[in-house]
Amino acid sequence: MKNEMQTVFDAKSVNESFARVTIAAFLTQLDPTLDEIADVKTAVSEAVTNAIIHGYESQEGKVYLSCILEGNKAVITVEDKGVGMADIQKAMEPFYTTKPELERSGMGFAFMEAFMDEIQVESEVGTGTKVILTKKIGVREEENQDGCSNSSH
Amino acid sequence: MECKYQLKDGCMRIAMPKEVDHHCAEQLRKEADLLIGAYHIRRLVFDFAETEFMDSSGIGVVIGRCKNMGYGGGEVLAEHLNERIQKIFIVSGLHKMIRVMPKEAEDDPN
Repeated sequence: MKNEMQTVFDAKSVNESFARVTIAAFLTQLDPTLDEIADVKTAVSEAVTNAIIHGYESQEGKVYLSCILEGNKAVITVEDKGVGMADIQKAMEPFYTTKPELERSGMGFAFMEAFMDEIQVESEVGTGTKVILTKKIGVREEENQDGCSNSSH
Repeated sequence: MECKYQLKDGCMRIAMPKEVDHHCAEQLRKEADLLIGAYHIRRLVFDFAETEFMDSSGIGVVIGRCKNMGYGGGEVLAEHLNERIQKIFIVSGLHKMIRVMPKEAEDDPN
């Protein structure tokens, strides 16, 4: 069964927590663990923060958050119509940041990669950036199998 | 903002907010730096007892304060990390940069 939601909000830092809570609320129907919810919230927070700080460079704009649930998979898209990036690979390098003066740790993409199963980034200078985050939710049983199957013998 | 600062004998304890994200990071670093600049602080403690959420913006705040303290030769610690915050520390490598008080020591009455 497929289920989809979309929300649009102003690129204001106060909306970062709104985005996190919204995505968490939508995911509850997949019966996620607290850890999975926390992972997704962190990843979405990173993507939305990037849209606000880098995409719109703290100027006005809209952030587009959407989520499609298909089976136990969540596909989350965070999009901005901001400045875009010339070199996506460079931007995704750990500790790389274009805004050290704002004390950005340069760990945003690393966090998204660490906490989600898959991340896809599309960007064009002057057009905007789209980050697609994918994660399987409710994979507790699988984790147990992986973790215990060998040690029990 | 529910962040509180406590100064005692050259030690500043920052009670970190419930959610440490980009939204609260700016104020947090301004206030902390103001105090670090105004007082002679030898020891800075980030207290995460109330913190339920932190993203990489929080990492930036902690690393930034470490640098500020480092110039003056101070010590930086973190304590009362819940499992989630511990995970964030480990993923970011922050646990290698600053001393994290182990859980057992947290009830130590000093």
